[in-house]
Formats: sequence, C-alpha cells, structure tokens
Amino acid sequence: MVKEAEVREPLILGKDVTYNKITEEVCAPVEGKANKLWWAVFLVALTLGLWGLGTITYLIGRGIGVWGLNNTVGWAWDITNFVWWVGIGHAGTLISAVLLLFRQKWRMAINRAAEAMTIFAVMMAALFPGIHMGRIWVSYWVLPIPNQFGSLWVNFNSPLLWDVFAISTYFSVSLVFWYIGLIPDFATIRDRATGPIARKMYGLLSFGWTGNAKAWIRFEEVSLVLAGLATPLVFSVHSIVSMDFATSVIPGWHTTIFPPYFVAGAIFSGFAMVQTLLLITRKVLSYERSITIQHIELMNIIIVVTGSMVGTAYLSELFISWYSGVEYESYAFLNRFSGPYAWSYWSMMACNVITPQFFWFKKLRRNLMLSFILSIFVNIGMWFERFVIIVTSLHRDYLPSNWSWFHPTWVDIGVYLGTIGLFFTLFLLFTRFFPVLALNELKSILKSSGEAYREKKTEDKTPETTA
Amino acid sequence: MTTENFLYGLYNDDDRLVEGIKKLQSKGIKVNDAYSPFPIHGLEDVLGMKWTRIAITSFMFGLGGLTLAILAINYFMIIDWPMNIGGKPNFSLYENLPAFIPIMFEFTVLCAAHGMAITYFARNMTFPGLPARNPHPKTTDDHFAVELSFRNNEMSVDDLRNALKETEVVEIFEKERITKFL
Repeated sequence: MVKEAEVREPLILGKDVTYNKITEEVCAPVEGKANKLWWAVFLVALTLGLWGLGTITYLIGRGIGVWGLNNTVGWAWDITNFVWWVGIGHAGTLISAVLLLFRQKWRMAINRAAEAMTIFAVMMAALFPGIHMGRIWVSYWVLPIPNQFGSLWVNFNSPLLWDVFAISTYFSVSLVFWYIGLIPDFATIRDRATGPIARKMYGLLSFGWTGNAKAWIRFEEVSLVLAGLATPLVFSVHSIVSMDFATSVIPGWHTTIFPPYFVAGAIFSGFAMVQTLLLITRKVLSYERSITIQHIELMNIIIVVTGSMVGTAYLSELFISWYSGVEYESYAFLNRFSGPYAWSYWSMMACNVITPQFFWFKKLRRNLMLSFILSIFVNIGMWFERFVIIVTSLHRDYLPSNWSWFHPTWVDIGVYLGTIGLFFTLFLLFTRFFPVLALNELKSILKSSGEAYREKKTEDKTPETTA
Repeated sequence: MTTENFLYGLYNDDDRLVEGIKKLQSKGIKVNDAYSPFPIHGLEDVLGMKWTRIAITSFMFGLGGLTLAILAINYFMIIDWPMNIGGKPNFSLYENLPAFIPIMFEFTVLCAAHGMAITYFARNMTFPGLPARNPHPKTTDDHFAVELSFRNNEMSVDDLRNALKETEVVEIFEKERITKFL
C-alpha cells in the first residue's frame, strides 16, 4: 500500500468510512427519490431551457437578422457565449487528465462532476457556431466531404476549420474519457438495483463490466493514456479558439499572447464553474466527507493562480498596445477602458483580477460562502472578458464612419439564458441518474488517504515508538 | 458462447484477498483471476499477469490518424483544388505545413483515443447489452473474489474448498461464467 505523509490532510473524512459506506453514499441520490428542492430547481432550469429552444427555433425560422448584429459588429453574443462555454468546458478534463498525470489524489472526489459539467458546457458551446451559420441544415458543409460544388474543399488554413476539428475531438474524447470511468460505477449501481427497469438500464450502461484483474489493469492504462492525450488536447482547444481572433487583423485581436492568455482564462472560468456547481452539489447531496474543505481550498488556489495569470495578460496587452506604437492598436485599448464600453471593461477587471486576490488568505480560501460568491463573480467576469474582446474591438474599426453600437435583442438574451437552462437541466439530471463521485477511484484511496485508516495506521505505530 | 464452472472465494478486504491468493499459491494452487470493486495495485504481480499492451495500440492508431490527415490534407489543399488565400503558399505541402499542423494534431489525437477506447472495450468484452459477468453482485461494492479453475488445478474440489477455507474467506461458492462470447 502507498504510504502517505502524516502531515497531509485526509481526503476522505469520517472515522467510520468503509468501502460499503462510500457505495451507499454515492448511490443514495440515484436510488432514492428527488426532493422538492431538486424538482423546483429542475423545473426552473427546464423552463429556461425550453424557452431557449423556442428562441433557437425562432432564430432558425427567421434568420440571424433577429439578433442585434449589424454591419460593424458582425460577431457579438453568439461568439461571446461560444467562447464562454468552451472555456468553462476546460476544467473537467483538466482536473481529470492533468491532475491524473501529476498523481493528485484530490481530483478523485471532483473529477466526475467536473467532467460531466465539461461535456454539457461543450455541448452548449457547440450549439452557437451551429445556429450562427444561419442555415443550420447545411452545417455538415464544415466537414471535408466530396461534393458537387466543383469539388470545393473546406479551408484547412482557417482557424475556423481548426475549431471544428478541435471542438469535435475535444468533445468526443472527453466523453469517452468520462464514460470509461463511469462504466465500473454503473456496474455498482447495476448490481445493487432492485427494480427491473433500473437493472436493465444500468445493465446496458455498464456494458457488462466484470471488474476482473486484467480489466482493471487495462482500465488504469487506458485512463493514463487518455489523460496523456487529453492534456495537450485541452491546451490546443482554447489556443485554437483564440486563433479565431488572433489570426485576424482587427486591432485588439491580433495578438500573439492570445493562446496562453485564453487557456489560462479557460482554466480560470472552468474552475469557477466547477466551484459553483460543487458547492451546491456537496451541500444538497451531503458529500461533505468526500468533497472536503481542502478540495475547495485547492480549487481556490488554482483560481487565484490562473486569475493572476489572466490579470497579467490583461496588463501586458495594455502595455504592449501603447509600447507597440501602432495607433490603431493603442486606440483599441484606450477605447476599451475609457470608451462607451468602459463599464464592461471595468466589470471584467473587477471580477477577474481583483476579486480572486482574496484567495491569497487561507481563511478566505476555506470560507464556503465567500468561495461561492467569488466563483459567481468569476463566471460573470469571464463572460465580460469575451464580450470586451469581441464587441469593443469591433464596434469602432478603422473607419470612424463605420462606428456603431451593439444592442442585444430578446433573441440574443433568450438564446443565452436558454443555454444556461439547458446546461443546468442536464447537470441536474446527471446528479439524479449518474454516480456523482467516482466510486471506484475513491475506494482505491480510502486506505491511503482516508481519515478512518489514517487513525489505524498511527495506532499501529504507537507500540513501536514507545518500546 | 462458451461457459465454464469456477470455484469462488469471497473476501471483505483487499489486503485479505492478496494474502489469500499468496497463501493459495504457496500450496501450488493456480489462481485464475480476481474480481474487485476498484483497481488493486500490485495484484497483477501476485497473479503473474503481464501488463497490458493497450498503450501501443493507441500509438498505432495515432500514427494511422496522422498519416491519414497528411494524405487527405495534401490531396484536398495541394493536389485537387489549391486555393490562393492571401497569397499564402499553396503549391507544396511542406511550405503550407504550419497551417495544417493543428488539424493533423487533432486528428491524431482523435484516432489514438477512439482507436484505443474501442480496443479496450473489445479486449474487456464490454459492450452495451452484454450480461454482467462478475461472480457476485458484491464484487462491485465492498467484496473481493478469487477465481479458481477446476481445469487448471489437479486437486479435487474438496481440497480446493479446504484450501480456500484456510484463508480469511467469507463465502465459498461454485458458479458458471461466460468465458467466450464467440
């Protein structure tokens, strides 16, 4: 058994925790009935989601003219929302892949929910380029398939096509990574199921998992290799998203700092969303033993580190715009912080750069309420970051006669709120039907990092030291 | 579909399972397999199992994906329909390569990950709709099972049962298991 330093805080609290207790705790929401709170939140989310689907149907029926876009601001909330959701969708795979490669055991209590969140967020993100095309029924034109248009192929030089490949690869690989981890846990639910429907459903979902020694060897190897593949993938996806902007010649977009800046921002926003969801989930499903204050603190540390990276990027961007001596570039940034959209710039600065700095203090990092509030601030701030980059760069371009303003219409707002509704609907369904904590992984660290076994180890040692 | 009858011993702790297996092996009993609710590190050495080669398949699928991406992009962008985009070089793959690297990378990862995942499902014989094949429903909860084959062991059934009893076993039972689907 792997020995762990005594100074490390236990990751699974409770002196009476056994393997069975972990199973019971994780299966309880799946096997029990939903409470009123769940139903209330679910109905609100579902209503919002259906409203979103309605606005999307309206949008597709009428064309994207119903959005507030104009000749000057040709990209606004659609792409803002797309980048926001993709960014949020970076935390899950980062937690499970990068932290697996670094052998961070604290990932195990949060990776399942974070990955689920990732998958739902990427689904919401993928919706936006789809509906943004206007004619969604020809969206398959983004794929390089033989055609009758004089065998015209998609442009492999374009970051927009890179995005198609990056997002679809990221989504499908994350899904497979998540699902491979879920199979043994579905098998646990299958073997406990009493009702015929549940037994049948979880039997299907668990793929006939056996849990024999060789299967576990393969499981561990596949998890490790998928983590190795997913790690560069995570970094590539948001780098490519940033190149949608960086390879253009718009002042404020044409910046080489974009890829690392976007990746840091993505991790930042993703962890904030994980924090928001986990703080609620942990409370509602009473997972305080497995998702401990230490988990929350470690995530807050990542939030303050990535938040500071984002802050550094904002400032270097600002400095370089002046130092470059390019008047268009300088103006783009001057306009950002003092122009008509200054309020959005300062909201972004306040939410993303200033508020996370509270997490330098241990006491504040371990404060649940503050963590929750700050995570919401970061979610808002990161939406504004994309809005600032996109709209403030576009609304005043090279020709002052072209200068314009962007007003969202009810369709812009409806589609955005709708995706939030759909996202929460999916996440709430996940908490009811899926094991929210990675059962098998938690069991594998119980003896090395559980409070229950930590005590026993020290008891064993006492006679030796006294003798 | 072929099935075989096996003898199982059920344990309620992973350390007891490993100790049990070692004890059985010291008596010359060949242990066929073990079932557990989570991966037990070092179990493969005790059981004398070779480490999986599934990572190699991932590398090979990735190599295949990369090759396919290079060939396809070369055909689309250089041979079949070269496009002049902002005067960028479009007449040789080599000169246009930097712009093609992102998709080559993504496609390599796509093939490596999915190829390996499909191999994993096939090697474990886990696909949707297949029946559960663990000997006891508790082996996915908090119990651990050791599997003894009657074919591989020359001992009588009673001797095997007695040997199991000498370990810290909580239950001994015989059960039929599917060994091959095809």
